[in-house]
Amino acid sequence: MADLSVNIAGVEFSNPIIAASGTIGFGREYSEMYPLSVFGGISCKGTTLAERPGNPPPRIAETPMGMLNAVGLQNPGVEHFINEELPWLRQQNTVVIANVAGSTEEDYCKIVEILSDSDVDMIELNISCPNVKKGGAQFGTSPESVEKITSAVRSHCKKPLIIKLSPNVADIAECARAAESAGADSVSLINTLTGMRIDINTRRPIIKNVTGGMSGPAVFPVAVRMVYQVKKAVKIPVIGLGGISTWKDAVEMMIAGADAIQIGTVLFTDPYAPIKITEGLHGWLDSHDIASVRELTATVEV
Amino acid sequence: MKFDAQDFELVAKYRLTPTIYDFRLKNEELAAITVPGQFVHVLVPGKTLRRPISVCDVNGDKIRIVFEVRGEGTEILAESKVGDSINMIAPLGKGFDIPEDKNIVLIGGGIGVPPMLYSAHAAIDKGCRCTVINGFRDRHAVILSRDFTDLGAELIETTDDGSYGVKGFVTTALEKVIESADLICACGPTPMLKNVSAMAALHNVQCFVSLEQRMACGVGACLGCAVGIKKDNGSVVYKHVCKNGPVFSAEEVAW
Repeated sequence: MADLSVNIAGVEFSNPIIAASGTIGFGREYSEMYPLSVFGGISCKGTTLAERPGNPPPRIAETPMGMLNAVGLQNPGVEHFINEELPWLRQQNTVVIANVAGSTEEDYCKIVEILSDSDVDMIELNISCPNVKKGGAQFGTSPESVEKITSAVRSHCKKPLIIKLSPNVADIAECARAAESAGADSVSLINTLTGMRIDINTRRPIIKNVTGGMSGPAVFPVAVRMVYQVKKAVKIPVIGLGGISTWKDAVEMMIAGADAIQIGTVLFTDPYAPIKITEGLHGWLDSHDIASVRELTATVEV
Repeated sequence: MKFDAQDFELVAKYRLTPTIYDFRLKNEELAAITVPGQFVHVLVPGKTLRRPISVCDVNGDKIRIVFEVRGEGTEILAESKVGDSINMIAPLGKGFDIPEDKNIVLIGGGIGVPPMLYSAHAAIDKGCRCTVINGFRDRHAVILSRDFTDLGAELIETTDDGSYGVKGFVTTALEKVIESADLICACGPTPMLKNVSAMAALHNVQCFVSLEQRMACGVGACLGCAVGIKKDNGSVVYKHVCKNGPVFSAEEVAW
């Protein structure tokens, strides 16, 4: 059997499949169905300094081969995460990635400082949430703002730091370069694409927040293109996500340039997706006599 | 195990009205742990999001769901054939807590009627006196009458236009029986639930309602299906229909 392990910024993952932030909470619900160790890692629900109530409903709309969400970072706050969720999550035999969101630079630095003294393995900085009025996306919209927030946070961060990039920019490779030069250990991409649906009978947006973040199979080709561009631009490891639903998508994303992948929306369609993707990866790698999944990364022939 | 995503075999399928379907789905393990008021999250071929559908009844190894074709997803689901395998995450959510030996009033409105059948089933098994009030738009929309009367429930049916049963809303009928009620359980459109809750509060009768919201994961992880719930201090927090509900105490809902 092929070796599925990958190493991202010094952290060892048993397989390259990471649960994407916001789709699996802190893991407890999915652990009713299977052990969380089926994931190489879990990126936890976006966590802010204080508890956040989230956006008013409706927060969800379906789209052709995808969905929109505007949950608005509802979360119990970083202290709750560390005290109530992390000790349990730590015992699940998977890499634990804290996902951090804030409204100000100070917020980000403070949370990262608190998490640096916790048991998390890595920190993923969400500078691309499209669903909150203040903060989130504004930090990820230009290479300059990416560089500024990354270097501010870097000096407070004692854990490997992943910057999660927004696709809602002119040049995502420039943003990745900015993150790398400011000291990021890895980048993950793509966050959701800003979208909108309208009920034609009421002429009102389906989502109360008006716009939402689009995810699911429909965004996969956009994600592949961006991962391909970013991989060529940086030397740090790239975590590819956006619409991955099958093991074939996982292989494609790695060939495009990903060192590891994240899956999110597919968990709603099929909670057992990580197990099926792992089985599919094994089958395909073995049938092609490829010894390690790491051999796939950035092997696209253009 | 509290729930799981598993295949069910569609063993029987009926059409109750031109748009309402009745499916009997076999899976012994998951049927055995399903309680009244819970729902199943149904995978629809070609769709990213599953469809949450309330459980209408459980008989042995079979879960019964009765759903209305409202959009593309339910349209595809309605085309399923007997013998097909349908993947569902089940059972999900917090259902109705049916007590023993009480006077219980169950209220269903339109496509909110089906989950009240399993509730009536359980209530009668627990020795409750069970009055069921089902409201429909008109006589063409009436469903499940025989199912309720066969259980031995006292059934009152209302139609908005008076083309069948009592003319008026479920609250018209509720007013006449509420004095003897220990508990009200209701499922239906939001305005109906709001009116039922207000009447229950006025008569000081405990009331539980089953709510709906656009949903993604179905298990409590994504926080998509938010509903405003009042805290003791009057502030409102967002809880989630899939995990904290779908059944909530009527007095805690921020209508």
